[in-house]
Amino acid sequence: MSTLMSGARMLAECLAREGVDCIFGYPGGVTLPFYDVLYEHQVRHVLVRHEENAAFAAEGYARATGKVGVCCATSGPGATNLTTGLVDAMMDSIPIVALTGQVTSKLIGTDAFQEADTFGITRPCTKHNFLVKKFDEIPQAIHEAFYIAASGRPGPVLVDITKDALQGQGHYVPVTSIHLPGYKVFTEGHTGQIRRAFQLISESERPLVYSGGGVVLANAAPELREFVKLTGIPTVNTLMGLGSLASDDPNYISMPGMHGSYAANMALTNADLLIALGVRFDDRVTGRLAAFAPHAKVIHVDIDPAEVGKNRNPDVPIVGDVKRVLTKLNKLIAEGPAPEEKLAAKRRAWQHQIGEWKAEHPYDRSTSDSEIKPQHLMTEIDRLSGGQAIVTSDVGQHQMWGAQLIRFNEPRLWINSGGLGSMGFGLPSAIGAQFARPDKLVFSICGDGGFQMSIPELATIASHALPIKMIVMNNGFLGMVRQWQTLFYNHRLSSVVLDCFPDAEKLAGAYGIKGRTIEKPWELASALEEAVKEPGPYLLNVKVTPLENVYPMVPAGGAINEMVLGQPEPAVVG
Amino acid sequence: MLQVISLQLENKPGALMRVTGLLTQRGYNIESLTVARTLDPLLSRMTIVVDVDSLQRSQVIKQMNKLINVLQATDLTESPAVIRELVLLRIRTTQENRTAVLKEAEIFGGRVVDSSTEGYAIEVTGDPEKLGEFVDVMSSYGEVDVTRSGALAIALDSKKLKLQPPIPTKTLVG
Repeated sequence: MSTLMSGARMLAECLAREGVDCIFGYPGGVTLPFYDVLYEHQVRHVLVRHEENAAFAAEGYARATGKVGVCCATSGPGATNLTTGLVDAMMDSIPIVALTGQVTSKLIGTDAFQEADTFGITRPCTKHNFLVKKFDEIPQAIHEAFYIAASGRPGPVLVDITKDALQGQGHYVPVTSIHLPGYKVFTEGHTGQIRRAFQLISESERPLVYSGGGVVLANAAPELREFVKLTGIPTVNTLMGLGSLASDDPNYISMPGMHGSYAANMALTNADLLIALGVRFDDRVTGRLAAFAPHAKVIHVDIDPAEVGKNRNPDVPIVGDVKRVLTKLNKLIAEGPAPEEKLAAKRRAWQHQIGEWKAEHPYDRSTSDSEIKPQHLMTEIDRLSGGQAIVTSDVGQHQMWGAQLIRFNEPRLWINSGGLGSMGFGLPSAIGAQFARPDKLVFSICGDGGFQMSIPELATIASHALPIKMIVMNNGFLGMVRQWQTLFYNHRLSSVVLDCFPDAEKLAGAYGIKGRTIEKPWELASALEEAVKEPGPYLLNVKVTPLENVYPMVPAGGAINEMVLGQPEPAVVG
Repeated sequence: MLQVISLQLENKPGALMRVTGLLTQRGYNIESLTVARTLDPLLSRMTIVVDVDSLQRSQVIKQMNKLINVLQATDLTESPAVIRELVLLRIRTTQENRTAVLKEAEIFGGRVVDSSTEGYAIEVTGDPEKLGEFVDVMSSYGEVDVTRSGALAIALDSKKLKLQPPIPTKTLVG
């Protein structure tokens, strides 16, 4: 069976075959043949206002659903603009496929108009990339790209297609199989190691689950919850793993790391066993590695063999899909004997100790009579979300307060740029998330810095009437940088003052969106409620205490049990 | 310390760049690199000698094995392997030294591939260290010009190459 068609149409057919329902992109010269096909095709194209945001939107889509997100850009500047989003997806292992146009194959290497070496530029930005110069290579490349993006440790894959390949006409023969002889995916986990893990777990007095983004990516939250229910082991979710164990679960402690809770960091430091699931012992979690969980044996489950032993040598390495490994582990635990009373008593003492740490230094949720404190803002968002809304975040102080104070009772609700820390991520990722989950209440929280990187996307939001609740935590600063300058650079506040922010009502109004600015604490609850009630998009600019810092804080390179718990001295503006 | 890595990879555009990119992005200097087709024209064999921080050696191998185009990356630094290199050397020598040069070349198992009134072109294969000595000896007889192939390595214990089977696209969707 074959049909005569253009390479561009083959591309669209392959996307449809992969179940793609929408792609985020920006057209240009060499992608014209593809956009001509999209003019009347089932695959929906969402026109963003900058290519970087196309990649972020595709990420938002992928992070909210687990499906592969797709973005598209033209050659040259279109492709280079995508790269931040590609690296972002690489760092957080997010499955996206990026399609870029390339100049006609004969012109490659001639400094043709809008030519850039996309294949070369994106090599280190992607899990894999392709340069396609012939129309008949398109179907194979597209199906391989989707497979690579979604399987194993997920990641971004880019397919660069020349204009003549898009224009070329030929018989489309649907691809029936792909062959990647060198692509190894380890899913099952070594049975012997899983047994050893079970053994360690059944002997441990102070076990702790350290669960991360890998559990979300593997859709293993149900298995994690089962594991925690069976064992009663206290659990920390990393920034990337928030929601895999519900924030409301009694065994949940909170986020660990640089801005993690006192209890989480103390638990890590005092545990005798870490059950590390889909985590990479990132420096923002571990602080000084040598002082991280110094008393703990480590079981490390990860699908990527290169992560196991990269930062910490585990006692039990398990390379495999955390969903399958947990399923096997749960079976062993369910069939095994209950812990003896002596051990059970020690476990109860451990839980009790963690409870004490929690009570000793809970997160700061303080409010003020005169100003809106950022913690107050996040607490109010938490109240309206009830652990159920999608919250996309930009990067900085608001991200940390959001991660600390907003509850997530399901995975894929907290969407943020964890590894790369890309400012400008919060708003476009909300676009992707809202397209993916039209049923969901979506908050996008940004600082006044990151929001100003994304303002053009108000147009995308307006033109699709996406009911995103855009909350700007406006402290008039690049707050996190200011915090570091305050604490580590002798209060010398260099280039962090954002003294101009547009009038939110007028700005939103210019796009036909409702907007409002508030600055008094008694306005906060009702203003947020009004934003949520509004059927369309809403921009709420919340002026908060300007000089508030995020605590606890582990100074870079410090041990995580040596946290700074509060403001050491009053900050001054210099 | 110098690490010898042997790779089998798909003979595709960009495959080389992916491998070298892993090393350059970590700031490692490649001492030598050879690559050529294998018996199977779809595959290439590559030998890299690279100065890698000793703690990072296994990480580098793991990262290489993750590359989609790489079928197998093996660290041969401390495992049984034969490592050889080819040197092509041109020497300008005086009439009176010609015989001595030939004798010396013979000691290193060299073969004259060109002879002229000005001197010789000689090829030698051998252990990279030995070849260094050969070049030193020749330099003492006259002006030399040297091209080295870089190390080629083959493991002595055969590891069976496991190729992943094709995946039907039907299972891909959904």
